[in-house]
Amino acid sequence: MIMSPAGWRYNKRVVVLSLVYAAFLIGAVYGFKHHLVSGAFAWIVAILPALPIIGIFAAIGLYLVEEQDEYVRMLMVRQTLWASGFSLSIATVWGFLESFELVSHVEVYWVSVLWFGGLGLGNFANRLTMGGSR
Amino acid sequence: MNNRLKVLRAERNWSQGDLADKLEVSRQSVNAIETGRYDPSLPLAFKIAELFELAIEDIFVSPSKEA
Repeated sequence: MIMSPAGWRYNKRVVVLSLVYAAFLIGAVYGFKHHLVSGAFAWIVAILPALPIIGIFAAIGLYLVEEQDEYVRMLMVRQTLWASGFSLSIATVWGFLESFELVSHVEVYWVSVLWFGGLGLGNFANRLTMGGSR
Repeated sequence: MNNRLKVLRAERNWSQGDLADKLEVSRQSVNAIETGRYDPSLPLAFKIAELFELAIEDIFVSPSKEA
């Protein structure tokens, strides 16, 4: 299918932010592994990889604002609802399992990973029920 | 919502892509509206009606009047 101008901008933003994420993550892992960071600087370096991820959430929000095709926009809204329901449901179940010491601790940032996976699930649901995807 | 979009489009020998271009939406949007999988917003319904020079109710069947 032909992608809308808003879709192109969204893709470009996500690619750039993904590259920034990779750079920040590699830098942070290297810095902590070689004990190059400490104190307040360590906090900044640890938070840096999170910023492009937040940027991707913002890019999705911008896409929803910029997309002129209301049907395609609705498909994306449905995807984000699937993603939110999917990730928060798993996080809630895992949280209770963890609090009763039935499973090991998992870092909270995995909720974001689940959310992005949920976008794929939402895309699949769109194809099944609406016959299309973004 | 049932509608006559496919018939009206065929009468003019327009493809879904042609209609999509005229409405400034994607072809998949036209397809979703035609097949009743998506009900357009009021502004888009007006745009469709104005393009075909018809009233909205001449294109879209009111759910309360569907058999």
